[in-house]
Amino acid sequence: MGRMTGAKAYVKALEHEGVTHVFGITGAALIPICDEMLGSDIRYIPGVHEQGSAHMADGYARASGKPGVVQVTSGPGATNIVTGVATAQLDSSPLVAFTGQVPMSMVGTDAFQEVDIIGVTASITKWNYQVREAGRIPWAVKAALQVSNSGRKGAVLVDIPKNVTTDEAEMDFDANVEFPGYQPRMEPDPTELDWAARALADAERPVIIAGGGVVASGAAPELTALAELLNAPTATSLMGKGAIPSSHPLSLGLLGMHGRTEANYMIPDADVLLVAGSRFSDRTTGALAGFAPEAKIVHLDIDKSEIDKNVDSVTKVWGDAKTSLSRLVKQIKAYRMHNGNGDWARRIEEHKKSIEWPDDTSDLTGPNIIKAIRKALPEDALVTTDVGQHQMWAAIHFDVYEPGTFMTSGGLGTMGWGTPAAIGAKAAKPERTVLNISGDGSFAMTENNLAVAVDEDLPIIVVVFNNRMLGMVAQWQRLFMEGRYSAVHRDYALDFAELAKTYGAHGVRAETMKELNSELRRAVDADYTTVIDVPIDPEENVYPMIPPGMGLKDILTKD
Amino acid sequence: MKPLNVISFLVENKPGVLFNISNNFRRKNFNIHSITAIAGEDEDTTRITITSRGEAHEITKLVEQLDKMVDVIVVKRLDPLRTIQRDMALVKLHTVDPMAQEEALETINHYKGLILDIKPDTIIAQVTGSVNEVSEFMRDVKHIGIIEAARTGITAIEKGWITLEDTHIL
Repeated sequence: MGRMTGAKAYVKALEHEGVTHVFGITGAALIPICDEMLGSDIRYIPGVHEQGSAHMADGYARASGKPGVVQVTSGPGATNIVTGVATAQLDSSPLVAFTGQVPMSMVGTDAFQEVDIIGVTASITKWNYQVREAGRIPWAVKAALQVSNSGRKGAVLVDIPKNVTTDEAEMDFDANVEFPGYQPRMEPDPTELDWAARALADAERPVIIAGGGVVASGAAPELTALAELLNAPTATSLMGKGAIPSSHPLSLGLLGMHGRTEANYMIPDADVLLVAGSRFSDRTTGALAGFAPEAKIVHLDIDKSEIDKNVDSVTKVWGDAKTSLSRLVKQIKAYRMHNGNGDWARRIEEHKKSIEWPDDTSDLTGPNIIKAIRKALPEDALVTTDVGQHQMWAAIHFDVYEPGTFMTSGGLGTMGWGTPAAIGAKAAKPERTVLNISGDGSFAMTENNLAVAVDEDLPIIVVVFNNRMLGMVAQWQRLFMEGRYSAVHRDYALDFAELAKTYGAHGVRAETMKELNSELRRAVDADYTTVIDVPIDPEENVYPMIPPGMGLKDILTKD
Repeated sequence: MKPLNVISFLVENKPGVLFNISNNFRRKNFNIHSITAIAGEDEDTTRITITSRGEAHEITKLVEQLDKMVDVIVVKRLDPLRTIQRDMALVKLHTVDPMAQEEALETINHYKGLILDIKPDTIIAQVTGSVNEVSEFMRDVKHIGIIEAARTGITAIEKGWITLEDTHIL
């Protein structure tokens, strides 16, 4: 309580709601707010481009489980975060963006650095709001953090005109935030749950697909318990990676376009398929006709609109993954112990054994580099990726032992996400090693964020899979366009190792597996930002691959 | 043509909510056929009625998306068999010919319309009814000569005790 300016109330409200880190870039519309931040314990991490700051806040959110806050000025500051906001929204990451705005008296006049960011972000936010009176600031800050991090998490944007930050008003920091139309459902309906439990208990060939919702709700232990109870092999979507430890005997790994053969082969044979916290994206299902045609699908999701959106389910469980999965385990146990489905369990083993991965680990191939990274990193290290071939190699081959330690731009596929997201993750968990698996195309999009890693003492490791190509597009051109390359070459003179040094980071080029291993070891031990540039064969394809528009069993495994 | 559906909303009366709703129709590939909206007596909520063409299963998915919006309190596709819907038209007719004027008055009476204004050469009629009734009226007076017409679009309410708010509580 008390009378104060909007700017002061904004900073106090952030503190009151437990925000400890703010990423962003200032500007004319933010001067009053940044002035108030001087007296605050909130750590302000200045960026070099707003897109990077938004990705940092997103990486922070994914690593910490708390909302990530990005704060940028009006106009170009606001439009520059659009990619970051969309990335977070598509991956259900709790990002809260505060944008400065021209004073209310000038809103709508095309004033200097004015943009209608509320209109611009309407389609890519869970909720957005323009604060029009100073007295509403504490409510808006609280509402934004609450909406972003509840139910199906997502991106929220709050636009604050400059006069609202300088006006004084009576402030109430304890006012309740209530939306009559927004009550996220956590508890599943008991009848729905009962149907789901019966379907699963009666299954002879159950398979589980775990998505990002399982990771986001912290339901990995419950999921693993259910898989063990049902003896159900468990595949994950890209966002669900880590929902079951990669080393678990029931783990099938990634499914979908670049999914592992065992996952893509076992799913169509299932009689009951439990899909938990996954939204049946086209990259996950392949052609819908070939996707588990025989299976009864049980869909568990916190977002009712995802149920039956792309694939019709027989039984739906609408609720939070953690709550619902633990109820399911209890319920199924109450029915009977599972029969152990001996044949099915054997087939998992056979499938896994029948798949041959090249065992020569000496070449600098995509899979080998991923395995070398895994070996060099502590088990609890945080890994981000950029987007492209390296991302898919990581998705297929990088073993995850702890949920939430593998982060990637899955839905939007934002090249350039990984480096700033890694910095944000480091800010959230400074005691952990943080590494971004990147490609030359992706890294070049946001490499300037290295300046932030160095200046702010948030050391990260970046491994650049450098094929001097936009490799994934090149792969499609090789496979589906008779090898006609167009617009994919990147033969610039840029030397990433030298570039890193310019930013004050350590930069090195690793040309052999031996060099890579020793550089990785050194980077993990060191506490400074390191870029390891690894030249790879531009003609190497990511396998397995399901050609676009084909079904799960139409998988290609080699050239 | 796909069937016309009536979707009713109760939303928070805040700037941008109607924009977000119509934006969602566009995003999900629907076209709005009619839209009516007015703030409630309390000024806290707005009731919106939108009609749009689509198959039932498509509209069901759209309604799920709309229901997810933070500012939408209730949204529902109204069951056509249990719903009263009304459309209103204000129609200005060219009636300089006395025969035309007589026919216009007869037709307006037949549709239980009101005559709001008579000038020597024009009549303004108000006709209320279901969408089909109003459309039929428009067809019947077309040959007389429509100078201008304005229609409100559909507003609708469910039969019996059930209300939109009840849906929310259920």
